[in-house]
Amino acid sequence: MDGEITRTMLAAQVRKERHSAGAASFLLDVSIEVPPGITILFGASGAGKSTLLDCVAGLTQPDQGRITICNDVLFDSVPAVHIPAQKRRIAYVFQTLALFPHLTAEENVAYGLRDLPEEGRQERVGEILNAFRVKKLRKQKPGEISGGEKQRIALARSLVTEPRVLLLDEPLTGLDTELKAAIVDDLRAWNAAKAIPILYVTHSRDEVDALGERVIALDNGRVVSAGAPMEVLDAPRRKKLAQAAGFENLLNATVLDLREADGVMRVRLGERACEIEVPLGYAAVGSRVQVAIRAGDILLATERPRGLSARNVMEGRVLSLEQRGAMVIARVDCGVTLVAHVTPGAVRALELAAGRPVWLVLKTHSCHLVD
Amino acid sequence: MEALWVSLKLAACVAAILLAIGMPVAYWLAYSTWRGKFLLESMVALPLVLPPTVLGFYALVAMAPHGPLGRLWVALFGHGLAFTFGGLVLASVLYSFPFAVQPLIASFEGVDRRLLDASAVLGAGALRTFWRVILPLSLPGVVTAAVLSFAHTLGEFGVVLMVGGNLAGITRTVSIDIYDHVQSLEYGAANRTALVLLAISFAVLSFVYAVNRRVWTPWTAK
Repeated sequence: MDGEITRTMLAAQVRKERHSAGAASFLLDVSIEVPPGITILFGASGAGKSTLLDCVAGLTQPDQGRITICNDVLFDSVPAVHIPAQKRRIAYVFQTLALFPHLTAEENVAYGLRDLPEEGRQERVGEILNAFRVKKLRKQKPGEISGGEKQRIALARSLVTEPRVLLLDEPLTGLDTELKAAIVDDLRAWNAAKAIPILYVTHSRDEVDALGERVIALDNGRVVSAGAPMEVLDAPRRKKLAQAAGFENLLNATVLDLREADGVMRVRLGERACEIEVPLGYAAVGSRVQVAIRAGDILLATERPRGLSARNVMEGRVLSLEQRGAMVIARVDCGVTLVAHVTPGAVRALELAAGRPVWLVLKTHSCHLVD
Repeated sequence: MEALWVSLKLAACVAAILLAIGMPVAYWLAYSTWRGKFLLESMVALPLVLPPTVLGFYALVAMAPHGPLGRLWVALFGHGLAFTFGGLVLASVLYSFPFAVQPLIASFEGVDRRLLDASAVLGAGALRTFWRVILPLSLPGVVTAAVLSFAHTLGEFGVVLMVGGNLAGITRTVSIDIYDHVQSLEYGAANRTALVLLAISFAVLSFVYAVNRRVWTPWTAK
């Protein structure tokens, strides 16, 4: 593998504003790098995935940015470079597949090979139809071919041209899991030798899990995270879930010890020594977990409470009080910042004010592990 | 039947010329994103609303020996344009222009844009995309354009009368011939010629409608 000093890498910085009648304007502003192999571009519909692919393929021009494959500049806003789509050697399988309805499978696949002499072309077409297991359909037109087989032909048509990059826009939607896996296996087998960057767009979690590898998550025109599927998809999902369920406090914690007999474990919140007891979860000592606590589940006291069933009593200091309707939001520092809800009456009775030392009381089962 | 021959020859010439000119114009009108496109669109549609006499009148003025077109023609070919078969073809091309261009625009616009994108990412330039994708998929529209401009030219009267006059064997078309017969109270002869025209027109229109139902398009699944 000595020759692989410069690996084929697609890099795209794209900024594009899209105006559509009646709707708010949409801004796509991303910077991505795609190494050889499959990289999944994940996001809800409307997140800007297809627009990004169109920019990379050269079908749409970004307002600003730079798109390169290795050192080959495909698009640059300054100095102005815009290589037209037909000269980029980037294959693109559309969501609708866009097979030419008036041409047979064989003619579709041969479409991008016009520079080849007739014999070489026939051979290449035959080879790739074989590799994607659709050789028997070569004389059929797309209208006479089933969904999964059409998807195979569309892949073959794109890959036969020996592209430098492959863009796939939800190419396998509507197929059952087994068929999908079989097609992806064939794609992987093909790319084992070629090792080109493949950007695979999907909005389906199942596909991400099935494909594994790298994920770039796109939301509302921005890259929200990138990395391995577990890191990328789980973090925002958990956070969103916790916030959606009304947990005002979402804290990172490190597991200190497990007390299986009691059904609890001790965790340390944040970096400083603020320890609490939480319900036992599937976690190893030393691993990091997230703890979600509702602001309404936290009690405040001006003296160290005694004789309570609640297991977690933490010393802290009031940072701020903010009245919102019939409720006061108290922010308390106890090594980490916690948000507690109290009533205005309680604020008066306890004479709470910023800077005042307080104790926080928290039941073990008010602490929720998020996974 | 000399008049029928003139009419058929005229209609065929006009249809052929209109296909050749109409395709690039329709291509541009279908795919251009230029803001002022509507101006050209209304110019193309103008013959639909103008009385043929208005069009014929201006054509005649332009073709007159001292008109701009007439002088050019004399310089190029040594004879005038008005009251000749060439002049008739030219005026008819103008008159039938929308009948060729509009079906072409509609069918070009009907081609899925993603197919054009697919063609581009597969390395095809605009010309190759046109010949290999747009044109074959627009075939019913092309047939409609050819047949409609042929039929419309076959049935025209006002423009021919203004520009061509009534010279037997040269500019006397079927519709003029029928008019002549009626003027001379030869209803029998008028009826025979009119019936032929009626039959041809009906056959031609049936053909167009059948094509538009995609009866013969090879790629539709049975």
